[in-house]
Parts: sequence; structure tokens; C-alpha cells
Amino acid sequence: MPRELKFFQAIHEATRQCMEQDPAVYLVGLGAPDPKGIFGSTLDLHKIFGPQRVMDMPASENAMTGVVIGSALAGMKPILTHQRLDFALLSVEQLVNQASNWHYMFGGQKSIPIVVRMIVGRGWGQGPQHSQSLHACFSHVPGLKVVMPSTPHDAKGLLIAAVEDSNPVIYIEHRWLYNISGEVPVEPYRVELGKARVARNGTDLTIVASSYMTLESLRAAEILQNEGVSAEVIDVRTLKPLDRETILQSVCRTGRLIAADIGWCTNGFSAEILALAAEQAFESLKAAPVRVALPDCPTPTSPALAKHYYPRAIHVAAQALKMLGVNPSERHPAEPELVHYDVPDPSFTGPF
Amino acid sequence: MRLVMMEAPIARKLHEQMLRIRTVEEKICELYSEQEMRCPVHLCVGQEAIPVGVCAHLAPEDYVLSGHRSHGHYLAKGGDLKAMMAEIYGRVTGCCMGKGGSMHLVDLDAGFLAATPIVGSTVPIGVGAALASVMRGEDRVTVVFFGDAAVEEGVLCESINFAVLKKLPVVFVCENNAYSVNSPLSVRQPPGHEIYEIARGHGMESSQADGNDVIAVYELAGKAVDKARRGDGPTFLEFKTYRWLEHCGPNDDSHLECRSDVELQEWKERCPVRMLEDRLLSEGIASREEMRLVAANITTEMEEAVRFAKSSAFPEPELLLKHIYAP
Repeated sequence: MPRELKFFQAIHEATRQCMEQDPAVYLVGLGAPDPKGIFGSTLDLHKIFGPQRVMDMPASENAMTGVVIGSALAGMKPILTHQRLDFALLSVEQLVNQASNWHYMFGGQKSIPIVVRMIVGRGWGQGPQHSQSLHACFSHVPGLKVVMPSTPHDAKGLLIAAVEDSNPVIYIEHRWLYNISGEVPVEPYRVELGKARVARNGTDLTIVASSYMTLESLRAAEILQNEGVSAEVIDVRTLKPLDRETILQSVCRTGRLIAADIGWCTNGFSAEILALAAEQAFESLKAAPVRVALPDCPTPTSPALAKHYYPRAIHVAAQALKMLGVNPSERHPAEPELVHYDVPDPSFTGPF
Repeated sequence: MRLVMMEAPIARKLHEQMLRIRTVEEKICELYSEQEMRCPVHLCVGQEAIPVGVCAHLAPEDYVLSGHRSHGHYLAKGGDLKAMMAEIYGRVTGCCMGKGGSMHLVDLDAGFLAATPIVGSTVPIGVGAALASVMRGEDRVTVVFFGDAAVEEGVLCESINFAVLKKLPVVFVCENNAYSVNSPLSVRQPPGHEIYEIARGHGMESSQADGNDVIAVYELAGKAVDKARRGDGPTFLEFKTYRWLEHCGPNDDSHLECRSDVELQEWKERCPVRMLEDRLLSEGIASREEMRLVAANITTEMEEAVRFAKSSAFPEPELLLKHIYAP
């Protein structure tokens, strides 16, 4: 019988297996060995591997990023974890000036095999500085690889592949994925960096989704099915290098494209997907492609505002129906009325 | 201290190394106007004693990292001169295949791990290399060179804190030449403030010495490197010195009137190379004839390096998109 793990347990297992297999792998992060263990994803690993390999750290994000870079140059394979992506912004200097450029600027000598985990917060009032999705910024930079798993299976496989990769990999987790369950093989395995996943097959339109928006897009596909529309959902998994082929094959077949992203709209990742279709699948397009992304404003804290900030399945579905010229039927209410929109499911009672 | 207390071969070596750096930098000045070195150059004329006095204690396995003004550190650590000159000339035979230029030097065989030009940015990387040495049980010392402006960067304090916390085998070497580009210390740091005392505030042993006296540098660095090698933790060293040329480029910058001519002349009178030469002569450790021979050999070596660089090929266009990711 297939074994199921939650998303955070899959990260935990991948980390443990990487550390068991390679003594050069070590983990460092503010709170990594604390009793909460980065929302359970590093829990008690220090009891297995000791405080040197599962290291807490000073609140010095920039220097500690330099430290992991330097250690990687000298033979180690570090995983650096930030409890929120927003804190990692203190380390952009090291990531963008040093880690990303290193292999190139020194003519192919040495590389920086580091993994930097960043968690995107959402809900329960995370607000402007605990919930920013800046994957587009990182994936703009040559030399960085950027991955965003949306299933427990990919969380494990992408993390192992990232640790084994010779390059700096930004591994972006969404907090609302942490409690989802899914099948995860026990043995170590890799999900190749740079390969998208067709999460659902369809024929009428293609929804290219990132991270948590993959879940909303799959829910949207359910809504659309009830309206007689067949949506294909592609989970990009790796933003850089981007699997253009899988996206283009789908768009050329369906002729319609929605890019559903957890980030902001303007100059965002969804814009890159639309540019790809415009440049390389223009003849196949039957309708203007559409972005479903965050409005260009900071993240509000109050649940009353956040409800209108984050797009959900219903918004993706509505765009699809509009694109196809289908009027939503009244037989299928698109979205059950929720009591709260600021938690992924009722089991979350905050704070988180 | 009289130099006779020191081993004479070491003193002669220090002199040769300083003269070599001086010769290289002056040759770059001479040739720069040809406009064939098409990258910024931050020259260290006047500051040669610090890289030489520090690196004299290091083995090839030890690591050195530096910033934008790194020619001296690269050469003192044993970096290949031909590869450096070819890099400055943008040739494929350069130490970065022409992708780095003067501000990005590397020689892994010599243990010169990296130089990059963002102020203070290589300091935590050096600390990380030292952490790896400890984790891997290796007997290496790491030295990070930086200037007086780096202590204004938060990352320096972060790096000092972590190095002390983990008792890492790293020596922080601050070359205080009193200017960041054209901005003097007086507009950047409070009066009556000594840079080396910042490190003490973090619990790091720290000292200060005359950065133009190579013997003083050599002695202080020796203690710090030995301490790191024994596993007794990091040290901060501040050496006061002076840059003779403009911040970036081969020229005198007195026309800018950012620095007084008197100040420059006073420091030139304390030339680190000549100060040691005087002592070697007066104490009978080297003769003028021996020094002339040393200088001639260095000149020959430099001319050969320039010939090598100028006759090397430029990188092919195919290299543009190569090395973005490591395999």
C-alpha cells in the first residue's frame, strides 16, 4: 500500500536521507534545531546528526549566506533555511552578486552547491513582510535555479535533486502546502530540476500554475469540468530552468492559456509564461492569454482585505469560462461559501 | 627590532615580493593608456607591505580572499602572474578565461580562493571556507583582506560575530588606507574611533600596526596565523596604510583635491618598499647589487607576462553562454 506523507514530512525525510548519504550535507537555519523545527520540516534532526550538522545561527542572514557559500567552495553541501522568504531578502547581496555569478565569473572554476529554502507565508495576518512571493526576482537572475514544489512527492524529489545539484538552488515552499498529504516513496529519489508536471490532462485550455496555485488550479479544473470544459493543469515545479517544451506542447494543443501564479502580476512569473506563448505559440492561440496573479499591492493583514487579495479556484475558473465564452450554469455553484479565507483548512487555528 | 634577529632569507623574500607587486602595478600604469586593458584596475601601489607580510605565513593550502584591490593579495599568495595579466587583458588564458577581469581573480592551486569587488562581500565567504575546514578536519587557515569601508558594512560585524562564536581559523585583515573611493574616513566614521576596536567589541582579539612597515605586519600576522592554526580562533588586524594612486586607474588623483599633497608626500616618504630596502642595506642583509639583480629578474618576468597576455587569444563567442550552470 502506498505510503502517504505530509508536505513538511517529505522535506524532513529528504533532508535526513541527504544527510545520511553524504557527510558533506549540513543544515543551517535560524531555529532549525528548535522544538518547532521549521514547522516540523527539520524537527529533531539535530538529535540524529548533532549540532554541527544541524546548526542554529545568528540572525545574520547575509553573512550566513556568505558562510554557506564559502563552505560550499571548500567542499560542503549546505542547506540554508529561512522561516520566511522575506527574511532571505537580507541575503540577496550574497545570492545575486556571489552565488549566482560564481561559476561564470571565475571561468567555470568551482561552483556553489547550496540549497536555500524559503517559505512563503499566507493567511492569519501574515501581512506585508511575512508573505511575499518573490520567486520571479530570483528566477530573473542567471546562475540561480528556482524550484517550487506543490506536492509532497515533488517536495522530496526536488529537494534531493537540489542538494545533489552543483549550483545554487532556491527552494521555495508555500506555507499552505505544509499540511497536504500525498504519496511519497520511502527510498530516496530525484525529481529532475527543469521538468514540469502535467497535473491534470485536458483539451480545452492550459492552466500553467506555480506552487500553491497548482492546488487552486486543480480545483478550478473540477469546477470547469462541471461546466463541460476540459482544463489541462501544468505544475511548473521548476521556474528556472523553465520547462518550455511541456508548456508549449500543451498550449499548442489547447490553444488557450491561463498562467496562475502566487506572485504579483506586473513583471511577474505569469508574464513570462504569456511571453513564451506569444513568442513561440502565437499561431496556435485561439484567445488572448490571461494572467491570474496577485494585484499590484502589498499584502494586507486584515482577513477582510486578504480575502480579496488572493485569487482562488473560482477566479481561475471564471477567467477560463470567459475565455471560452461559456456562461457559468446556475446548477453548479462555483465555490462553497467559506467561513474563513485566511486559513488553508479549518484545522489551522493560528498563529502560524 | 633589528632585522638580523629575523632570518635574512625571509627579509630578502619580503623585499622581493613587495618589489614584485610594485613593479607589476607600475607596469600596468605604464601600459594602461594603450587602452588594451579594458577593465577597471584598482592598484595597490603604496600598500604592498600588508599582503606580503601576511601571506609570508601561509601555505598554498591556506585560503585567501580579497576585494576589488586584490592584485597584491593574489600575487603574494602565489597567484600566477601570467594568468592575472591575461585576465586583465580579457584573454581566454586569463585566470577566469576573460570573464572576470582585474576585479575577479582566482588561483585555486595557490589557495587564492577569490576576489570580488563588492565591499565586504567576500568576508563571510572566507569565514564559511574556514567553517568548512573545521567541519572537514583540515589544517587550513583562511585570511580575508578588506579595506576600511568594509567595516561600515553590516556583513562585516555579522561575520566577526560568527567567527568568534565558532572559534574559526580565520584572520581578518583590514587595510585602512583612509579613503573609500574619494570619501575620507572623516565623513564615514565618527572621530576618535579606531577600527580595530570594533572587533574587540565582538570579543575578537584585535591589534593595530603600521601597514607600511612590512616587519611589523609580518610579526603581527605571524601570531594571528599561528593562533588560528592552533585552533585558538580568529584575530582581527588593522594596518594603516595609504594608496598612492587614484581609487581606480593608473593616475595620480591630486587634481581632484580630495586628498592633500602634503598627506600624499608624507606617506610616499614612508614607502614600504624603500623602508625595507634601507634596513636591508644598513643591516647588511642585502647589497644594492643583489637588489638590482632581484629587480631585473622581476622586470623580465613582468615583461614576459605582458607578452603572454597580449599574444593570447580572446575568448570565442561560444564562451558567452558557457559556465552559467556547473554540470
